[in-house]
Amino acid sequence: MTNNINSRLRKEKIAKVIMQIAGFCIIGSLFLIVGIILYKGVPYLSWDMITETPKGGFYIGKSGGILNAILGSLYLASAATLLAIIIGIPISIYLNLYIKSDSIISRSAKLMFDVLYGIPSIVYGAIAFSIMIWLGIRASLLGGILTITLLTIPIVVRTVDELIKTIPEDLKNVTKSLGATRWESSLILLKYIKTGLFTAMLLAFGRAIGDVAGVLLTTGFSDNIPKYLDEPAATLPLAIFFQLSSPIPEVQGRAYASALILTCIILIIVICTHILTSKNNKQKI
Amino acid sequence: MYSYPNIEKQQTENITSPLSTPHLQIKNLNVYIDEKHILKNINLEIPNNSITSIIGPSGCGKTTLLKTLNRLLDDSKNIQITGSVLVNGEDIYAKNAEVTHIRKKMGLLSQRPFPLPMSIFDNIAYGPRIHGEHNKKILNQIVENQLKNVGLWEEVKDRLHHYASQLSIGQQQRLCLARGLAVNPEIILGDESTSALDPISTQTIENLLVDLKKDYTIILVTHILRQARRVSDYIAFIYNGEILEFGKTEEVLLHPRNEITQQYVKGFIS
Ligand SMILES: Nc1ncnc2c1ncn2[C@@H]1O[C@H](COP(=O)(O)OP(=O)(O)OP(=O)(O)O)[C@@H](O)[C@H]1O
Ligand SMILES: [Mg+2]
Repeated sequence: MTNNINSRLRKEKIAKVIMQIAGFCIIGSLFLIVGIILYKGVPYLSWDMITETPKGGFYIGKSGGILNAILGSLYLASAATLLAIIIGIPISIYLNLYIKSDSIISRSAKLMFDVLYGIPSIVYGAIAFSIMIWLGIRASLLGGILTITLLTIPIVVRTVDELIKTIPEDLKNVTKSLGATRWESSLILLKYIKTGLFTAMLLAFGRAIGDVAGVLLTTGFSDNIPKYLDEPAATLPLAIFFQLSSPIPEVQGRAYASALILTCIILIIVICTHILTSKNNKQKI
Repeated sequence: MYSYPNIEKQQTENITSPLSTPHLQIKNLNVYIDEKHILKNINLEIPNNSITSIIGPSGCGKTTLLKTLNRLLDDSKNIQITGSVLVNGEDIYAKNAEVTHIRKKMGLLSQRPFPLPMSIFDNIAYGPRIHGEHNKKILNQIVENQLKNVGLWEEVKDRLHHYASQLSIGQQQRLCLARGLAVNPEIILGDESTSALDPISTQTIENLLVDLKKDYTIILVTHILRQARRVSDYIAFIYNGEILEFGKTEEVLLHPRNEITQQYVKGFIS
């Protein structure tokens, strides 16, 4: 008996240690990444970086900033996230609440979204690029937005799928038995998973703003702030990539400063989401 | 257009036509889930304006029966339903039956209360709103009346716009009953509606149901024989998906004809 207890306690301890090690590794590498970005980027961070577009010779170390890429990325990621949410949530509602979630259509659609989720973004980029050539459209903000939307829709659909699974069957029955149509029920159920929807949005935005391969061919790059959808636009990840591949230390340093800016943008979005969700959580259950 | 529950009208209707068809008739109902025969050839006529309890051992198909009455099993996996359920003589499983309309006629009170993620007021106003009632005054009136109906008005009248989930479980269950009544159903279905409640809340709900039976036809699934005895006029005993016995409460509990019913009533099968 005591032996049994001892061995169980030992297992408990081992599990705890493993979890702690894993936790430290993750937190450690996070600190490492942030540390390196800070260490290498902060000296090159300046007001100009975030308020100026690249001047002539910026990429060989002359003055200017990456406002073009910051705005480009923000436009692109916000628009793509918005579109992905607008398209993705109804898809997920349809697959789970309108048709039986175990029907062949629903299951094959979900399988398809799983596959789409796993396809690397360069493939999306390449396909979108070839379509754009075929249609005679040049690399542009619109091309990028559409490509990244396609890339993020599977994220939204799968996340919302998982959220809908957490809705108790009895709650679904409540709206039904009050005589609500499927659409009216869906609205209530969306309300129930509202906080989760912010997470879906966050995941989509994170993927959208950080993607390089998808925008490489479709959005192009430009030193100007995009004014219209049919103009090429700069994005932060590409800006980092270009600067990092320069042999000039000044430019390389700015690459890290750009990475720092990108990280800050994501941090701000994460914090905003957290505030929104915790506010909502207090109201709900 | 939505019309507010008119209790007096219903009463006079019943008085003028005492031999009206039963609200609810179940004919040759069979339910298969995953090829398993869950409900076997159920035939029942639920008497109007009375409480019918459905009793039986765990897993015998009580919940399934209740859900088929409301077409709540439509979206379940691998399910096959044959036979018919007639509500006021209309088959709800007919091809052209309109499901939201059918469900509106039946209020459902589940085992645990599930308030909608909104305020107390909106919980009750939700049903009338989706059925087209948007007049603020009428909605206020409905909410007040239904809350009074379930004895909740005094407890919540100062916090109608607080979240419903802040209420106690017993209060939530009464709120759910009020919410169901607000869409003016004819039939109330309860699935072990008091099993999560303390004795006092249980009694409140029981008394409410007894009060309500003059206006509604009520079907309750219960595990508690004493509860069935306290509240119901009729009892149906289900065993293994079959109705073995149906009759007046005293008959079924005191003089069951079927041997298995006898054993169940005596507490040999649980
Ligand atoms: N969704 C489902 N999938 C598979 N089997 C099911 C499903 N729902 C019910 N069943 C089966 O149908 C039978 C009846 O279930 P039901 O829930 O109606 O029983 P019950 O009489 O309500 O039991 P309890 O008193 O425990 O609530 C059980 O054998 C159960 O396993
Ligand atoms: Mg049950």
